[in-house]
Amino acid sequence: MNYFPDEVIEHVFDFVTSQRDRNAISLVCKSWYKIERYSRQRVFIGNCYAINPERLLGRFPCLRSLTLKGKPHFADFNLVPHEWGGFVQPWIEALARSRLGLEELRLKRMVVTDVSLELLSRSFPNFKSLVLVSCEGFTTDGLASIAANCRHLRDLDLQENEIDDHRGQWLSCFPDTCTTLVTLNFACLEGETNLVALERLVARSPNLKSLKLNRAVPLDALARLMVCAPQIVDLGVGSYENDPDSESYLKLQAAIKKCTSLKRLSGFLEASPHCLSAFHPICHNLTSLNLSYAAEIHGSHLIKLIQHCKKLQRLWILDSIGDKGLAVVASTCKELQELRVFPTDLLGGGNTAVTEDGLVAISAGCPKLHSILYFCQQMTNAALITVAKNCPNFIRFRLCILEPNKPDHVTSQPLDEGFGAIVQACKNLRRLSLSGLLTDQVFQYIGMYATQLEMLSIAFAGDTDKGMLYVLNGCKKMRKLEIRDSPFGDTALLADVNKYQTMRSLWMSSCEVTLGGCKRLAQKAPWLNVEIINENDNNRMEENGHEGRQKVDKLYLYRTVVGTRTDAPPFVWIL
Amino acid sequence: MITELEMGKAESELELGLGLSLGGGTASKIGKSGGVGGSGAWGERGRLLTAKDFPSVGSKRAADSASHAGASPPRSSSQVVGWPPIGSHRMNSLVNNQAAKSAREEEEAGKKKVKDDETKDVTKKANGKVQVGFIKVNMDGVAIGRKVDLNAHSSYENLAQTLEDMFFRNNPGTIGLTGQFTKPLRLLDGSSEFVLTYEDKEGDWMLVGDVPWRMFITSVKRLRVMKTSEANGLAARHQEPNERQRNQPV
Repeated sequence: MNYFPDEVIEHVFDFVTSQRDRNAISLVCKSWYKIERYSRQRVFIGNCYAINPERLLGRFPCLRSLTLKGKPHFADFNLVPHEWGGFVQPWIEALARSRLGLEELRLKRMVVTDVSLELLSRSFPNFKSLVLVSCEGFTTDGLASIAANCRHLRDLDLQENEIDDHRGQWLSCFPDTCTTLVTLNFACLEGETNLVALERLVARSPNLKSLKLNRAVPLDALARLMVCAPQIVDLGVGSYENDPDSESYLKLQAAIKKCTSLKRLSGFLEASPHCLSAFHPICHNLTSLNLSYAAEIHGSHLIKLIQHCKKLQRLWILDSIGDKGLAVVASTCKELQELRVFPTDLLGGGNTAVTEDGLVAISAGCPKLHSILYFCQQMTNAALITVAKNCPNFIRFRLCILEPNKPDHVTSQPLDEGFGAIVQACKNLRRLSLSGLLTDQVFQYIGMYATQLEMLSIAFAGDTDKGMLYVLNGCKKMRKLEIRDSPFGDTALLADVNKYQTMRSLWMSSCEVTLGGCKRLAQKAPWLNVEIINENDNNRMEENGHEGRQKVDKLYLYRTVVGTRTDAPPFVWIL
Repeated sequence: MITELEMGKAESELELGLGLSLGGGTASKIGKSGGVGGSGAWGERGRLLTAKDFPSVGSKRAADSASHAGASPPRSSSQVVGWPPIGSHRMNSLVNNQAAKSAREEEEAGKKKVKDDETKDVTKKANGKVQVGFIKVNMDGVAIGRKVDLNAHSSYENLAQTLEDMFFRNNPGTIGLTGQFTKPLRLLDGSSEFVLTYEDKEGDWMLVGDVPWRMFITSVKRLRVMKTSEANGLAARHQEPNERQRNQPV
């Protein structure tokens, strides 16, 4: 390869798109490192504190697309305090200063402000794509800047963010000359939407493929929008309440029939289910259906809808579907790859909730299933063993039994054997979430069999440090380990400090680790940021010599090449 | 009425709707040794924890409950912080749906049923409807909004205290308040630079405190700590102080 001029090598590299492969290429020799870094266009940064923007730009000066993740995963469940960090502002400032030709920015669990959005919109003339997932800190004013200033905007995709809706006219801020939109997703906005501006925008966006509306867009507006955009591929319905005999409903029916490219359907944020039949004509094309926010859609209407969806690959649903409904899914959706079943009743005891039977039925009926997230009231080892036999191809297996520490409801045994069967059978398992009553035994199985496991979520499980040690020693590919309310302590934490060099991060909350243990870890591993999060003033971590007994409530550690971060709030103590 | 119940139990362990342990700083240790339902010295400083504080209360561990509370009943998933692991956006949507549904049901069923449900809400946390009602709070001049759980509060005074702690305690530079907990509530009596306002279901902005607490929490969508000077457009409060006392929940 060294006999070829650089341009040729670079051209070959263009075909290598995966970040892991490109990282591998850059390690071959100095010359390849150099060529690779100048031609790298997309970079993914899983932890925004592992590196800083200056070093990123130093290595990849021609960056076009950046993905950044901020807060740890457990922030989704309110376990990370509000001001912990993950600010995007310094990144945007640095990128703006460097005059980078940034085109795409994808952020997850970061704090984004209107100031950041404004700066973003003004600093990159070629900016095309903004995807914000689970972010917070901004308002519709920030969206207005993006709309107004990004001349070539292609994607504005807002997924499950906390956005202050000022009910401004952000949609009208898109200039009349803006005709390039491909994705427009504002389903998470809570406020009123300027329907006229929206309809005009959709009408002048011939490339629009993905449109996800918020609950303020009523059915008659939906009808008009679909008439303007029959080319739509991905639709998120906002409000879906209307009279089936009304004129707007008839219009909707007619419009839907013309949307022959429609493949993904979601939303129904407020719905009257008897109007669902309008969608039946296109159901046979659907590959993705997300009704996980549609609390009113269940029972026979839901079943009827699903029976039309024979090509479904992805289904996100509420547990009101029940085991019977899952049996229908199992017999209808033979192409199903990913299933998520979310709970509707957090207290438990709902009649229509799903049980282990639903899970078994799905595993038996859907041979292509590889990803599952399943919230349920009860589980048995026998069911899990059957599931493992039926579906050895799981890549992601996340089971959440709603009641912590709940054993096998038939045998009252821990669920070690069931999960053990899963990890033994599913040789490609990359992500696993455990629940129910579990002893150290399940971790022994995981350490032994889950060789490809990259992310493990543990809650209310295990008996001793041995449990955690099995995992740290056995799972060579572990990247993210998050543990809460489990009796793992300093011994496990400190057993193999170098292990954390191979991992992105470790989270431990309400475990048995002590301040002394964390300090020892920080001393041994200067390349780690060991963060103690302690919001309770009176529980302040003090240097009082009792560190060996002082339990740490929340520990978050991650490898980094740029040392201690400077933006941590006072209740985060970085050792 | 609800506040009387709580006043009576000021010193003992209180359990509220969610079963989350509430209390001041030092009470967190008490909380950990409490039973499954959680505990807290409610009356200590009249201070309530907010969404920000929930994680610090700590989640209950099997070991803790077992060793300190004897035979404790199995935990229900709603009584543990951050559990079940459902994203907050989804959780809020779920809760709002349930709240809207039950609000509708309550309206239809009439007033008597409303009263029954309310008492059930507080006293039978295990069987009653559990609603995690986080609503957004913004303050003029502060960039990032916060969230507060209305169901963890029982009165306007509690709520105002929480908000004061939230916004003023951490920003000593912005306001002259020093965060002393014995001070009269500035947000509710119109004497400070700021007033507390809320947006109701119809989208109108109103001054907080005019309607009974129960009615308020079913109709409030979000809160705003507004500069008094800007609050002129809102329903003017011409009431005398003693009239206002009458309106507040006893």
